[in-house]
Amino acid sequence: MSRKLRVLIAKPGLDGHDRGAKVLARAFRDEGYEVIYTGCHQTPEMIAAVAIQEDVDLVGLSCLSGAHNYLFPQVTRLLKEEGADDIVVMGGGIIPEQDHAALHEAGIAAIFGPGTPLDAITGWINDNVKPRD
Amino acid sequence: MANLGERVLAGDIRAASRLIRNLEDGIPDTDLIMKDIFLKTGKSHVIGITGAPGAGKSTLTDELIAAFRKKDRSVGVMAVDPSSPFTGGAILGDRIRMMRHAEDKKVFVRSMASRGNMGGLSKAVGESIHVMDVLGQEVIIVETCGVGQQEVDIINHAHTVIVVLVPGMGDEVQALKAGLMEIADIFVINKADRDGAGKLYKEVLSVIEMSSRNCGGDGWTIPVLMVESVLEPHKFAASVAALGEKIEEHHQYLVANNLIEARIRNKTAAELNEALWASIMQPVLNELNAEGEFEMMVDQLMKRHIDPYTLAREIAGRYMKRSPCGDGSSADQS
Repeated sequence: MSRKLRVLIAKPGLDGHDRGAKVLARAFRDEGYEVIYTGCHQTPEMIAAVAIQEDVDLVGLSCLSGAHNYLFPQVTRLLKEEGADDIVVMGGGIIPEQDHAALHEAGIAAIFGPGTPLDAITGWINDNVKPRD
Repeated sequence: MANLGERVLAGDIRAASRLIRNLEDGIPDTDLIMKDIFLKTGKSHVIGITGAPGAGKSTLTDELIAAFRKKDRSVGVMAVDPSSPFTGGAILGDRIRMMRHAEDKKVFVRSMASRGNMGGLSKAVGESIHVMDVLGQEVIIVETCGVGQQEVDIINHAHTVIVVLVPGMGDEVQALKAGLMEIADIFVINKADRDGAGKLYKEVLSVIEMSSRNCGGDGWTIPVLMVESVLEPHKFAASVAALGEKIEEHHQYLVANNLIEARIRNKTAAELNEALWASIMQPVLNELNAEGEFEMMVDQLMKRHIDPYTLAREIAGRYMKRSPCGDGSSADQS
């Protein structure tokens, strides 16, 4: 048997714009991943706890509220505290170009903005994220 | 690998989740870990929640978690959603309803894809229950996929089965049918504020009165509980708390009447079956496949040079000390 990629899609913070997250969840399903979707208004603590309970390989964070500089690094920090920094974290939403470097520094492996073709995202995942052994 | 088992036994959630994943993915030698775990299991009360898609199973599960947590019981949840028959992917969305418990260390929720299993569960559910059991979850709730009439695998895994019904799904003949309507230890009529809830209640009640399980079966009188709309949070919570009480009552009934073991006997037999398959059939098949022999045999069969029964006996003879064919007198022992 082979490993199946497990992905958590989460929306941290006060942000109800979940269309993008749902479209991605669906695209990932079609790519053959198992996608756990948690809905909106999650705290970084909840997201980190779920990532661990679900043994995911990848966490996709979506944020359109502007709070990404706080929320995204919180998630990577909490995962690290739990010894779970082998879980890859990527982000999406409205993330200004000038914030990318700091987010990468904080452990966000990739950032995808509006208009990114879905196969660019799944392509990146297929190249960069493998189910952990 | 052994290390993983030790970590699970020490209560490490991350290790437990990884072990469950190994069970799902069919990673070789996982049995070497499970063998230490199995002997320490059998303590949890396993509750099955099943019903049609959208009946409200996850929302009910969420409120049940809250009810059990009020009594300081630790809760494990396994929530199954369907895998795509085309891509193998899945969207596991049951957790959305349960996020308020995400940070509660005594609640462990694991989403699972059905991976083509047709009974409303994933193949890994049975062994995963053992993992949650050994972690010390006093109550384990298994939420099935949205089911139709005949996905009833949950009866092999749960001590207490809850069938969730909603009004408007058909006439009383639907309630008479075999399958799902037969497996409940407790019926829940969810969304009880909706039109037709009272009628459904009466229909289910009359089915129970006719049921042999009710009269001559294990003696438990199957209750029908109305659960109020989630839009009225206080009423909803109160009716789910009542459900929680009924669940405990059913468990006590099973214990008091020595019925618990009968419930789990089928599951245990199935586990032995699977373990035998994994340790006998699987290695044989692997070997036949590795040598390409399996495909060659299929070729022979296609040309009608030989039949599958003779081939099977020939191969059994290779691996088994005692020939399975003998003189034919054992043919009925298969």
